[in-house]
Amino acid sequence: MTSERYVFPHKHLLGIEPLSPQDITAILDQARAFEEVCERPSIKIVPALRKKLVVNLFFENSTRTRNSFEIAEKRLSAEIINFDADTSSLNKGETLIDTAMNLEAMHPDLIVMRHSAPGAHALLSRHMKASIVNAGDGAHEHPTQALLDAYTLRKHFGSLEGLRVAIVGDIRNSRVVRSNLWLLTRMGAKVTLVGPPTLVPQEMKATWPSIDISHDFDAVIPEQDAIMMLRAQFERGTGAYIPGQGEYSRFFQLNPARMKQAKRDVVVLHPGPINRGLEITSDVADGPNNLILDQVTNGVPVRMAVLYLLSHPHGEQVP
Amino acid sequence: MSLLVKNVRLVDPAQNLDGPGSLLVVEGVVAAMGADLERDPLAAGAEILDGGGAVLAPGFVDLHVHFREPGQTRKESIESGSRAAVAGGFSAVCAMANTKPVNDSVAITEMMLTRAAKAGLCRYFPIGTVSREMKGEELADMGTLKAAGCVAFSDDGLPIGNASLMRRALEYTRWLDVPVVAHEEDRELAGKGYMHEGAVSASLGCLGIPAAAEEAMVARDIVLAEHTGGHLHLAHLSTKGSLRMVRDAKARGLAVTCEVTPHHFALSDKELMKFDSDFKMNPPLRTEADIQAVLEAIADGTVDAIATDHAPHGWDDKEVELPIAAFGVIGLETALPLTLELLVNRKVISLAKAISLLSWEPAKVFHLDRQGLGCLRPGTSADFVLFDPNAQVQVDRAFIQSKSYNTPFKGWSLPGKVLGTWVGGERVWG
Repeated sequence: MTSERYVFPHKHLLGIEPLSPQDITAILDQARAFEEVCERPSIKIVPALRKKLVVNLFFENSTRTRNSFEIAEKRLSAEIINFDADTSSLNKGETLIDTAMNLEAMHPDLIVMRHSAPGAHALLSRHMKASIVNAGDGAHEHPTQALLDAYTLRKHFGSLEGLRVAIVGDIRNSRVVRSNLWLLTRMGAKVTLVGPPTLVPQEMKATWPSIDISHDFDAVIPEQDAIMMLRAQFERGTGAYIPGQGEYSRFFQLNPARMKQAKRDVVVLHPGPINRGLEITSDVADGPNNLILDQVTNGVPVRMAVLYLLSHPHGEQVP
Repeated sequence: MSLLVKNVRLVDPAQNLDGPGSLLVVEGVVAAMGADLERDPLAAGAEILDGGGAVLAPGFVDLHVHFREPGQTRKESIESGSRAAVAGGFSAVCAMANTKPVNDSVAITEMMLTRAAKAGLCRYFPIGTVSREMKGEELADMGTLKAAGCVAFSDDGLPIGNASLMRRALEYTRWLDVPVVAHEEDRELAGKGYMHEGAVSASLGCLGIPAAAEEAMVARDIVLAEHTGGHLHLAHLSTKGSLRMVRDAKARGLAVTCEVTPHHFALSDKELMKFDSDFKMNPPLRTEADIQAVLEAIADGTVDAIATDHAPHGWDDKEVELPIAAFGVIGLETALPLTLELLVNRKVISLAKAISLLSWEPAKVFHLDRQGLGCLRPGTSADFVLFDPNAQVQVDRAFIQSKSYNTPFKGWSLPGKVLGTWVGGERVWG
């Protein structure tokens, strides 16, 4: 429903939080146009970002997000530089500002960054002229993931309005959750957060009053239109909050027994990478209700749309 | 050498005094106060200063500053910190021991006192460490340090995790008659947190420091103060629960005192929503409910002092990712304006009570009243401040005298202009 006069009003994509429903719809509509490009049988490339320099600045390991951005950039004909920084030691070596200023000296148009510190992109945006795209900042936001989730759900259901979505797992430490909460609540979906109390901060209701919080996965399953399973990140701290993997799976794993309690046409999402047999069993992850690989496919046109709208806020015709 | 400051509003909480008058200083000492001192024989030949109706109060006493000397003089020095102090109306500061090296020896204490004397601005009272090298393992030489000039003992910056060491510190200092100043933080509960744990941290995905991290230690130390009879002074309290426990401890007659900072009654954790490290300090900015509790505790007398926890840091320490940015904000220049705006103008307390919390009451907490500080009684040292409570100040780089500019109040316009600060009858500011 992008009106003809609509201008994308943001210089950066720091998160979903600053976006209006209209902005979100504009990105999803733009992604729809790019999906057609991606589905072309032969040349899946448009010159929309020709002669633009995009820097992929990844301070944290990422395979799928970085690849997805890189494919999106290539399909938009951008010039690309990949900058992988080892940040196992945040305190040592060059500061983030110095790294950014060095990049700035090369006049990039867009910087796609992933960083372990919440707010790292906000800090960077105060020092740089380039548009900054947040590809994940700690547990704060991961806006393109939420946008591709929304794109996937909208494509399947037609609309997000009134959709019932359960997000299950390590809510506390998840940037995917926070971006999804901003997006889904803003677009009228009904979100239920599910997990043990140590992983689901009750205080989240203060920021997103429309959500429900449940510790009983079985009780909430039957009402859901979509179930988004999160990776149980035992290697990154989840383990300090819960007794162990066995107990976690017993109460919060999506498995065939729980799927029997769900609506027949429920859809299953997962931002990946999946821990098979931990938060989700293989027969569910690969089963008929899953949209997990659709999410991955949709990531490319959604990221193309983000990069495009940041470079062309007036939404010039896609050639 | 005499000075008569006339046409002022004299406020001296120690004498329960608030009214128009003048102050006569002879030989650096308060000689007389009254309505019409110009004809007083003592005033003969005195320099006369017309205060123009401004407030004349005892010089402020800050129980909690970090002047970074020795060790980190790129952030602050005793000289620059003292200048920030007198610019803010403070005639005396008590400087924390977490310098590099820490103040656990007579050599460091004497070096600090020498530098402060050389600066010749405000009075400077060192605080010694509780534990040797601030390691939290064994007691520092507190008797020797007191003899060298230390007025209190604290490992501030670090909590004392070892309950037994805290118990011995409170017990040992009884015969020295000095307070043990506690930075209350349970390090396991605080974890790697860098802001208050609550709705805002949950929405930002930031690691939080729960109120319980402070409160659990306040509870422990009040129990230890009761058990030992030592004087426990609780630094920079920030939570509703902490203040409730102090109120209860005081009602039971325990030797427990506490201070709060202006930033903890001025700002809430919502300020962190832009990830600006100027709002990062420890203890962290808390919730609106905690601010209300701080204001109530100020109004009902639970709080003994407004202290700044003036903690200078450079741009390099602050303009980095929020999780690794340094904790702390400066506060000497903004303490009076914030107190006037948020406590007096908003009718939480009277002007006289505000002045009391900045001078007389803190002086009593560290027993500086025994040296005649914190009041304007005739015969005591003429340490005083003259300020216009209505004139506005603008918080910008020029306003700040500190070497560092890590204030969360950049750009604020506030009432309360310091016209002059005097120490021992000498004008050191204005």
